[in-house]
Amino acid sequence: MEETNIEKKGYAFSKEGMQRLKEMMKDYPSSDALLLPALYIAQEEFGHLDTEALRYVADVLKLPRSKVFGVATYYTMYKTKPTGKHLVQICTNLSCSLLGADHIVKYLENRLGIKVGETTPDNRFTLITVECLGSCGTAPMMQVNDTYYENLTEKEIDRILEGLK
Amino acid sequence: MNEILLKNIKKPNSTDIDTYLKDGGYKSLEKALKECTPKDVIDIVQKSGLRGRGGAGFPAGKKWEFAAADKNTPRYLLCNADEGEPGTYKDRPIIEKDPHQLIEGIIISGYAIGAAACYIYIRGEYAYGADVLRKAIAQAYKKGFLGKKILGKKFDFDLYVHKGAGAYVCGEETALIESIEGKRGQSRIKPPFPVNVGVWNKPTVINNVETLANVSHIIKNGPDWFKSMGPEKCPGPKIYSISGHVNKPGNYELIMGTPLKDLIYKYGGGIKNGKKLKAIIPGGASTPVLKPEHIDVNMDYESVGAVGSMLGSGAVMVMDETVCMVGVARRLLKFFAHESCGKCSPCREGTHWLVQILDRIVNNEGKIEDIDLMLDICDNMRGKTFCPLGDGAINPVLSTIKHFRDEYLIHIEEKRCPVNYPHSEHCL
Ligand SMILES: Cc1cc2nc3c(=O)[nH]c(=O)nc-3n(C[C@H](O)[C@H](O)[C@H](O)COP(=O)(O)O)c2cc1C
Ligand code: SF4
Ligand code: FES
Repeated sequence: MEETNIEKKGYAFSKEGMQRLKEMMKDYPSSDALLLPALYIAQEEFGHLDTEALRYVADVLKLPRSKVFGVATYYTMYKTKPTGKHLVQICTNLSCSLLGADHIVKYLENRLGIKVGETTPDNRFTLITVECLGSCGTAPMMQVNDTYYENLTEKEIDRILEGLK
Repeated sequence: MNEILLKNIKKPNSTDIDTYLKDGGYKSLEKALKECTPKDVIDIVQKSGLRGRGGAGFPAGKKWEFAAADKNTPRYLLCNADEGEPGTYKDRPIIEKDPHQLIEGIIISGYAIGAAACYIYIRGEYAYGADVLRKAIAQAYKKGFLGKKILGKKFDFDLYVHKGAGAYVCGEETALIESIEGKRGQSRIKPPFPVNVGVWNKPTVINNVETLANVSHIIKNGPDWFKSMGPEKCPGPKIYSISGHVNKPGNYELIMGTPLKDLIYKYGGGIKNGKKLKAIIPGGASTPVLKPEHIDVNMDYESVGAVGSMLGSGAVMVMDETVCMVGVARRLLKFFAHESCGKCSPCREGTHWLVQILDRIVNNEGKIEDIDLMLDICDNMRGKTFCPLGDGAINPVLSTIKHFRDEYLIHIEEKRCPVNYPHSEHCL
């Protein structure tokens, strides 16, 4: 692992992030396997993964940039574009749709004044739809950043949004 | 039946190792290491008849035997905690509420196949579950159940959590392997099979969370106890996830082979709002749709197969009379088109073509030839793809055409949705 070139690129893992990565090296027989975890750390620390951030990860792991770009764009949880502070992800797969996910989408669009795929002007909320999140028995549901919110109703959504400052 | 796999989840501090130990936890591990050779453990699991709970139902002991017979080392165990099949949420309570049950099963399984390590591949969205597992693993290391010379035996074994990052296909075993190796999760063509050429080209066993959670109970109570539950060809407990238009959706742990009718009416509390049952998907999004006439079927691999569907993950999705089945097919095909890894053209192109055609039928712009066109596309996907995602993707189309052809015809010929309830206007 290399820690050079950091200033030039603008992005750099924190000491703690670098330490986490180094410790994980012991977990795998090949350092290539660190790519997914490293992208998570980068996303945590840099907010999203733009070209510069991906180049930095490629340099640190000594991987071809093409590979890092390919992986980062393959998985939906890596964000190559900035999102608002709260990423609101509504499941619209079958079980949630049966119980009104559609309505939840419309309600949130109205409440936040944006369409799916957009971010509020104050950068607080980004609204997207996602596929099944494994909460089908408590549908409809959404995930905001890492937290699941289940059995959604309009009232419940109001309460949740109030709490997300 | 008394719960086996879910019996701890409502206890206070259920994730703590002391809670688990107090209830006899890790005793099966002790028994396996002290009283059994690895081969004995494989024999016991083979005799129990335990079959994989991830969807395909492959006998667990057989898979272990194949991997253990490969002299190439180190061998690896991968625990499939990707849980991405729409409708399925059965592994989540085990992961979040009883991690030690899973960890104990993993260590025993690792011992049986002579694995050096196991990676739990957990879907990225289960961030909470991943944290629970990491904490539980740290506790297990502290107590000497993981690491070097486990319980004083010549057995070293490590356990790690590896997070996915949002790709349904990574639940498919070869895509899962690619993903752990740090690549795009695109399926590999088989053979070679993972039991011989798996992760880092080493012999690898991949098992589902629920499969592995059964192992400590089999060691504790013996194979005959396990075999005595349910059908001879696929015994044991099974967690069914029920969702959709039922009064009491949820996870129900029952004996394998419980009738679908009981799942919907006895456990699921019947159809919501007094409406009529219209359709059931019995085993997750990739299993063919069934009609109310099928609800007497027993929910095991053989019986569900006999009525033209599959048990899959045991995720029962229930639809009432307000649902447009063309809309259901379109909704699911959009999912498969989104999740196709793009490696083979029948699936990559076929799923998108099907979405385009279904879109036009739902929008009342379909032509009568579209039905045959879709059947033709499905025919050119079936059995012609690298991995079973492509095979699964055609099931919503084929089964809705088979059982609900009239709904397609009304959309095409009468240019309207066959269902007159307000919320089906959009056909999902
Ligand atoms: C597209 C696709 C997705 C899959 N997703 C999962 C999954 O999320 N979890 C799982 O355990 N198995 C999944 N499987 C099945 C696995 O490939 C594999 O058969 C299973 O993990 C083996 O474990 P078992 O024998 O214990 O069931 C999937 C298969 C396919 C084709
Ligand atoms: S069937 Fe689909 S998901 Fe599977 S390898 Fe082919 S393109 Fe990828
Ligand atoms: S369908 Fe929405 S969580 Fe599964």
